[in-house]
Amino acid sequence: MAAIDTGVKRFNIRMAGIGGQGVVTASHILSNGVIIGKGESTLVPFFGSEKRMAPVESYVRIASGKIYEIGEIIYPNIIMIFHPQVITHGKSYTMPFYWGLKKDGVVLINSDAPVPMIPDQVRELEENNAKICYIPATKIANEVGGTDLATNMAMCGAIAGIIQMPDLKSLEQSVKERFLGKGFVVSGGTASLDNVIEKKFAKKAELVAKNFAVVQAAHEYAIEQGWNQWQKDRVTASDKLQKAGVN
Amino acid sequence: MSEGLGEEVKTNPQGDVITAAPAPTKEAKKGAAAQRVVDPDYLFLQAPREKTFITGSEAAKEAIRRANVDVAISYPITPQSETMQQVGYLYAEGYVKDYYRGEEEYGVMSAIAGASRSGVRCLSATAGPGLMRGLEVISSWPGGRLPAVLLIMCRVINAPLAIQPDNVELSYMLNTGCLLFHAENQQDFYDYALAAFMIGEKPEVTLPVAVAVDGFFVTHARGWVSLPAADIKLPPRDCYHEAVPMMDNENPPIRISRDAPIQKSNFISYQMHASWQQEIWAAQERSRKWIERWLGGLVEVVNPKAKIMIVASGAAVSQSREAVRQAAEQGIEVGLVKIKSVRPFPAEEVRAALDHAEKILVPEFNYVGWLAKEVKSTIRGSERVISGPRVFGGMSMPTELILEYIMGTPNRR
Repeated sequence: MAAIDTGVKRFNIRMAGIGGQGVVTASHILSNGVIIGKGESTLVPFFGSEKRMAPVESYVRIASGKIYEIGEIIYPNIIMIFHPQVITHGKSYTMPFYWGLKKDGVVLINSDAPVPMIPDQVRELEENNAKICYIPATKIANEVGGTDLATNMAMCGAIAGIIQMPDLKSLEQSVKERFLGKGFVVSGGTASLDNVIEKKFAKKAELVAKNFAVVQAAHEYAIEQGWNQWQKDRVTASDKLQKAGVN
Repeated sequence: MSEGLGEEVKTNPQGDVITAAPAPTKEAKKGAAAQRVVDPDYLFLQAPREKTFITGSEAAKEAIRRANVDVAISYPITPQSETMQQVGYLYAEGYVKDYYRGEEEYGVMSAIAGASRSGVRCLSATAGPGLMRGLEVISSWPGGRLPAVLLIMCRVINAPLAIQPDNVELSYMLNTGCLLFHAENQQDFYDYALAAFMIGEKPEVTLPVAVAVDGFFVTHARGWVSLPAADIKLPPRDCYHEAVPMMDNENPPIRISRDAPIQKSNFISYQMHASWQQEIWAAQERSRKWIERWLGGLVEVVNPKAKIMIVASGAAVSQSREAVRQAAEQGIEVGLVKIKSVRPFPAEEVRAALDHAEKILVPEFNYVGWLAKEVKSTIRGSERVISGPRVFGGMSMPTELILEYIMGTPNRR
């Protein structure tokens, strides 16, 4: 994979969702996918009570060079909202949900329809020139994967479509490593495993296949929406401003 | 998507999922027994390594896998639990001979003391409030000359409650007599934890070693870690070549208790106690040569000639490295002194590294600023030290904040 060929030196991604959605898992899969694709990435999760419906955040750094920084991302340029309640119920460690978003950033929100926001929030997002992308991630997960538990996979696929990394092959490998474990596949293969393990393996292989199908579907969705053109748009907008003599 | 997918889940009578690792099978034990004992120099410095992208907890697991540990005891507390869960897997794989959950931290630290006294290699780990609970016993370890490794995954200890990293707890560890290393990242957490066993067990040291790391930011985060092969391990603990006799049939507990002079309230016992405490701090100093040999020194210095210097330990080092990089982009040269060993404190090294500096920043992940105090009391011209920036309660330190301190000194003087 071309590590970062867009001219952007780094992506700082903040993921916010609620307990049970697999936000932390999503960050591991995305980050590891970048590593598999020969990029550089780190991640760190941030949560309080480890229970369903409690706020969860996770942070992924992707860069073209060495990453020294550690800890949560306070000034992201990409925000992923895994559940509308993050916005509507304030279920977030970062309030409001877009706090710290850098200018010209992207907000990817899992929702079938635009989430109602108060006028000040709309104004602030507009002033920051934020691009807001609504994706029906849970719907895609249900339709393609047969379970809403794969919402996190849809979010991974969509963000990979938007920032154009990691590539789908690396992402697939990352999903495999997450659910099969690195040693499991490499060490033996199904042939040498006994029947019990074979059964387990078959189940897990099916799990990986379904998960990745969701990733792919959401990836396609993001491309169809033209969200992958985000950086192009941004460069053009900034060029225009420069030409007009505005910094 | 859930990992379980129809797999049988065992629960206790209350319905909680049982997560305990199973006892090692014969097969698993064989695998661990096939590990080859190698010289520590080889394991730490010479063995070929391969890069792997793992979490801090997994890095600690890999250190323990190669450490030839006899007993691990722990009690769950976030963010330590994940690491000790990994150690549970090692027990199931036969790499750790015994592993159990104590009744609470006071009990865990007491049990480790007993295990160490019997001459085996011991491991425990804790975090934040758990460390506070066990601190009374931990403070007694050095006097007992009990080598053991304590991993500390730092988290908030103050009210209001939070579980994010804040390393104020290390200020309580500074004067216990334990050696104290502060890991910056996943690689350090592997290297320091593994070397800690050997350093603490050296005859002239014979002390417990605490290896601290900032929780979540390292334990739950992935980073690159270079690891040697898994089929080599450290030699076992050589307890009969340490500073005090082990408890065995020749030295039963009753005799150690009877012979302890400090239990008599007379002038001689006070002298004994005083010299014993001095001996512990002298033993700390004697650990220096092993820290230099196996951890590459007590400090690391970046851009040694810079007029603006940062002194940091733990995760604050990573944030400072990024600030150094960003300052360089703006044409400002900034130096960095990474403190690897907090105890023994690298006083001479810090003095030498900061002698020329005009401005010294000490970014810290705690409110009290214990590292700034250490630095100020060590160097000549302490007015050069700007105690900050500091963050606490679990928040990260934005590099922007360090840069502001480099450019000026917000909210100060």
